Amino acid sequence: MQEQSLQGGFSCEPIEAAQAFRAAMSAMARPGRIEVMAGARPPAPMSVAAGALILTLCDPETPVYLAGAWACAEVRDWITFHCGAPFADRATCTFALGDWASLSPLSAYPIGTPEYPDRSATLIVEVPVLAEQGATLRGPGIRDTATLLLPEVAAFQSNSALFPLGLDFFLTSGECLAAVPRTIQVSQSEG
Amino acid sequence: MSEYNFAYLDEQTKRMIRRAILKGLAVPGYQVPFASREMPMPYGWGTGGVQVTAATLVPSDTLKVIDQGADDTTNAVSIRKFFERTAGVETTEKTAHASIIQTRHRIPEESLTEDQVLVFQVPIPEPLRFLEPSEVETRKMHSLEEYGLMHVKLYEDISRHGHIATSYAYPVKVEGRYVMDPSPIPKFDNPKLGDMAAIQLFGAGREQRIYALPPYTQVVSLDFEDHPFEASKADHACALCGAEHSYLDEVIVDDSGKRMFVCSDTDFCESRRAAGHVGEQAA
Repeated sequence: MQEQSLQGGFSCEPIEAAQAFRAAMSAMARPGRIEVMAGARPPAPMSVAAGALILTLCDPETPVYLAGAWACAEVRDWITFHCGAPFADRATCTFALGDWASLSPLSAYPIGTPEYPDRSATLIVEVPVLAEQGATLRGPGIRDTATLLLPEVAAFQSNSALFPLGLDFFLTSGECLAAVPRTIQVSQSEG
Repeated sequence: MSEYNFAYLDEQTKRMIRRAILKGLAVPGYQVPFASREMPMPYGWGTGGVQVTAATLVPSDTLKVIDQGADDTTNAVSIRKFFERTAGVETTEKTAHASIIQTRHRIPEESLTEDQVLVFQVPIPEPLRFLEPSEVETRKMHSLEEYGLMHVKLYEDISRHGHIATSYAYPVKVEGRYVMDPSPIPKFDNPKLGDMAAIQLFGAGREQRIYALPPYTQVVSLDFEDHPFEASKADHACALCGAEHSYLDEVIVDDSGKRMFVCSDTDFCESRRAAGHVGEQAA
């Protein structure tokens, strides 16, 4: 373990985790809206927002799946030191972290059971840019419609068809994050 | 404040509660199990709401706590003091000034905004519990969307009383999927649950359940075509502020059974009186 993996956590955990959670909760409650999350300084290729999310939500009770370039020693050591979260494969994780290409296909993640739809994975998708344009979102948390740049539309459509089962997504880029829970109907914007 | 971790709970507990809140928002109306902790107050005093509030608070929040609409009752005062001491947050009695409102059995009269969070204290989160005592069975009923029993209960109300006699904890259906107990709010408040701008979180401490409604969620009170849902209230105006469309408490004022009706939402009533509205018994 390198010394740098000991750095970059919250400097005052109770306060910064509370602020980060409020941003994450606002994002999950208002899908498509972009919130700002700071406080974490995770190793590359993790974004600040993904780092803050992991620090806020992950602990020894939540197996994490690292995908693609995120499955590197620096990220593993950082998460192990700051959260103590165990690492798992797709089928048994509660959180997954990576970019869209490495996280796909989505069929292998737990989507919950009919009795316990909450026992599903939350995917933290690192995207190059977050913008309130692109695909159209409809559903609880959105007054009429919202727009969000998504890596792909079809996968979100088949995910919401599973409701009340399904995966929930956080999209992160730099210090920004947005959420797309399973309730959201996604369609390609016209024009 | 230095004696306690911010907002009383330890960080591991808060993470567990926070994960439950996020899943609750992702599946509106579904009751997420969580490992409720013992709190320094008895069950029935809002231990679920307190844990949800503690996991949600940030230092810049302004907290309002109401009990049946009132800011000045024992339950509301002690929870407000609890968070003043353990989180060091500002508290207020003004609905409009609050960023988090923890409530026992009422929704404030004043419309809430997008910047606010409403936390409900819930005694029995399972709407089917009094119809089916087994958790295994009710969980199966939710998963199969088998809610016929609830309609039978409402129908029995009609056959016995001529109308749906359920007046509080009136069951609702969320986004056409989960039947949810809105906590024992009067059914007068039910129409405010749907399309609300604020985030609504529900915490049941003893029963270890958290559920949530994101803003602008579709919430429909169960009813029948020939017996539509009706949000009822006492047929009076507030004796202090004269409000005709607020929910009223009936107060017995002497030994001969004389009574008066006053707003249950004390902040609403006081601001109306401050603005010059006068009821028929205002001193």
